[in-house]
Amino acid sequence: MSFFVNQVIIGIQLGSQYMMMALGLTLIFGILDISHFAHGHIYMVGAYILYTLSVLLGINYWLALPLCMAVLAVAGILVERLVYRPLRGTPAINTFIAAIGLLLAIETLVRGIKKDAVRVPVPVDRSVSVLGMSLEAQRVIVIVGALLILLFLQWFIKRTRLGIAIEAMAQDREGASLVGINVNRISALTFAIASALAGVAAVLMAPLGSITPEMGSLLILKAFVIVVIGGLGSIKGAIAGGYLLGLIEALGVAYISSTYKDVFAFALLIVILAVRPTGLFGERAA
Amino acid sequence: MKGKLNYNLVVALVLLVVAALLPLFLQRTSGGKYNMIVLTYAMIWAVAASSLNLVLGYTGQACLAHGAFVGIGAYSLAIMVDRVGINYWLALPLTCLLTALIGCLIGLPSFRTRGPYFAIVTLCFNVIVYAIFENWTWLSGGYAGQPLTVPAVLSGRLARYYFVLAFLVLTLLVLRQIVKSIVGASFLSILSNEGLSEAVGISAFRYKLLSFTVSCFLAGLAGALFATASGRVDSSITSYLHSFYLLIYVLIGGVATLAGPVLGAVGLYFLLDRIKGLGEFRYVGFGILLILIIIYFPRGLVGGVNQLREWMKERRSTKTSPREEVAG
Amino acid sequence: MSVILEVDGVTKRFGGLVAVNKVDFTVEEGSILGLIGPNGAGKSTLFHLIGGTYKPDEGRIRLDGKDITGWPPHRVAREGIARTFQTTALFEELPVYLNLAIGYRMKTRSHLFDVLFRTPRARREQKEITQRVMEMLAFTGLGEYFDRPAGSIPQEAQKRLAIGIALMGRPRLLLLDEPTGGVGPEETGRIIELIRKVRDSGVTVCIIEHKMKMVMGLVDRLVVLNFGVKIADGPPQEVCSDPAVIEAYLGECIA
Repeated sequence: MSFFVNQVIIGIQLGSQYMMMALGLTLIFGILDISHFAHGHIYMVGAYILYTLSVLLGINYWLALPLCMAVLAVAGILVERLVYRPLRGTPAINTFIAAIGLLLAIETLVRGIKKDAVRVPVPVDRSVSVLGMSLEAQRVIVIVGALLILLFLQWFIKRTRLGIAIEAMAQDREGASLVGINVNRISALTFAIASALAGVAAVLMAPLGSITPEMGSLLILKAFVIVVIGGLGSIKGAIAGGYLLGLIEALGVAYISSTYKDVFAFALLIVILAVRPTGLFGERAA
Repeated sequence: MKGKLNYNLVVALVLLVVAALLPLFLQRTSGGKYNMIVLTYAMIWAVAASSLNLVLGYTGQACLAHGAFVGIGAYSLAIMVDRVGINYWLALPLTCLLTALIGCLIGLPSFRTRGPYFAIVTLCFNVIVYAIFENWTWLSGGYAGQPLTVPAVLSGRLARYYFVLAFLVLTLLVLRQIVKSIVGASFLSILSNEGLSEAVGISAFRYKLLSFTVSCFLAGLAGALFATASGRVDSSITSYLHSFYLLIYVLIGGVATLAGPVLGAVGLYFLLDRIKGLGEFRYVGFGILLILIIIYFPRGLVGGVNQLREWMKERRSTKTSPREEVAG
Repeated sequence: MSVILEVDGVTKRFGGLVAVNKVDFTVEEGSILGLIGPNGAGKSTLFHLIGGTYKPDEGRIRLDGKDITGWPPHRVAREGIARTFQTTALFEELPVYLNLAIGYRMKTRSHLFDVLFRTPRARREQKEITQRVMEMLAFTGLGEYFDRPAGSIPQEAQKRLAIGIALMGRPRLLLLDEPTGGVGPEETGRIIELIRKVRDSGVTVCIIEHKMKMVMGLVDRLVVLNFGVKIADGPPQEVCSDPAVIEAYLGECIA
């Protein structure tokens, strides 16, 4: 029984990572209608930035976190400006293809610099007792961190001018631009936020495993699977889907097979789309 | 129209003659022999790229699973010949049919999605296939891979070159027949305006599935040729990276043209080999190239040339009179 | 005269909005029916429902007695209903002759096998397609644009092309959604002539139009929609003096 609960908690922790990635993706997709397939590689770059800062430069982990977020936010803004903005108005698939070019360039660049996996040590090397079980502190940090992010976003979207503008654009892009909301600024901001989110996810999750150049690819596919299954552009769907996938994976690894753990998401996607092309929550068909 | 057709035909014939005579020169030096092998593989990827072009360029569906289908073709042939004991010459067409069948089955759920989501679903399929071949060593032969015993007549470098060249030509002829027919026009109609094509009685779903199935047949052929040229296959042939590279070959070479994917594949594959020294960084340029192409030349290089030709023709002629025969 | 199309209590809702509300009417074979009404009245939606792009929430649609409610567009097309769209739908990058040829595809039976091996059927149908395309070019007066990309020909020619594509499949019923939209007075006359030719060749026509003057002389009957509801149905003169219609149009009807 405690093994099961342990796996559930791991599932929630894993789900936190997926949720943050899917959320960033949904923001970009819902607001800007851009299929930002390179988002997982932004995450991967974030992990390597953490490695560089904390291991190579010896900077404190908790200081590295905001630094990493800042660097990724800038990277996100650059990506939007240089890669996606020129493609505004062209068929969605062109944007997707550009994203593929981007991720190929990023992945091979990183792999060319450092091919092998690296590791980052946990900042708090302790175990915490939760519900009578012993968990690594880092896992708790991830879960709590994700919840804090959700709360922050909730406040941001409802209470700040910028957040309200973003919500307006998500609901009606054309209408929003008529009212004088600056589309370019919102686009840059959305990418900055989503990339910073990826940075948080990367910094929190990196100490729990190894960092490889390939880690972005699987992650982005899973994030997309979540976004599609949860319903395109649906924030609630992204959050629910993220935690759901985390749970399925954790339990699947524990009870079914660990070799094929990455495959669960994709098989699930194909099955769900075969039955419901609009996803579980959404109205737009994929 | 007839004039334009002849021009293309002449160029194609010249290229064919060059390709046929080239090995005789390459044979003489060891550097030449190496290049002959590189060209053989380049032509194999040209077959694969041409197959992708049918779905991507002519029907407008961005498929990212061709890496998987080429891999399935390669493994099917090797397993059929070396483990099941089927005669090579029988296994070859069987491989293509099997790959086409798997493609059709995957297409059935996948074509319920469109655009980037179709791309993602196909990529997911590729990832699953790659994961299976990476992990299921009984099937894939693990690190050592699965060998293929090639018939004696194909054991030489030269023989394999011509074998692959012959199938490349055959592939292009088949694609040409399809593309200039009413079936090909139906594919184009889906690419151009799916809603209108439905309104004139064309079931987009059925035609997408058809072009996908034919495409997978040819991708399986490419895989079979790969296995034949290598004598051995391992799980890397099913990698989704190949799907990305094929996409690049087609887009850079020119969608919806017959020559484009061939030129893209041969040209880029050869280039990649030339700059081998750069290692991983070669692909950084690849990725950037893809971004630049999709922003500035979405129809690719050959497509761009065609566009230029049309624009020039438009400026020269003012009226065209109805022809005797509708081309195709 | 027999009834070729029956629209029977058809309703379509989009979320809270009722776009088409229990609309009934019939169309006589060989006639021209005009569908008019202010903007947003639900006219195009009605065509989408008949053509299969949308499925009705209530009601039935019958073509020559056969229930075609909820059929997908390609099936409806094969059954004999052809249509044009408010924003001219063409295969813009493809040449005019190919646009037309594609319109004839559903009448041919050649498949992949025929095409690959150049069977007698494939060769025969190829000739058939060519012949039909030439006929249609003459019928619509588009011969001069034979191999120009469809997107590059003048606006009015594009409208005629759209009608031509729709006619390639020898439909029994043709739905035209604002066939003279955005076209000047002289060219409008040409399109009207074409529509008359179409009717004379035995095809029943339903036409959505805004240009009242044009429609009056052309149609045998008018159906008027307002806010998704049918408010009048009858010969043009009658409908125009109907007080409900005058109110909806604010007296713009010209007898």
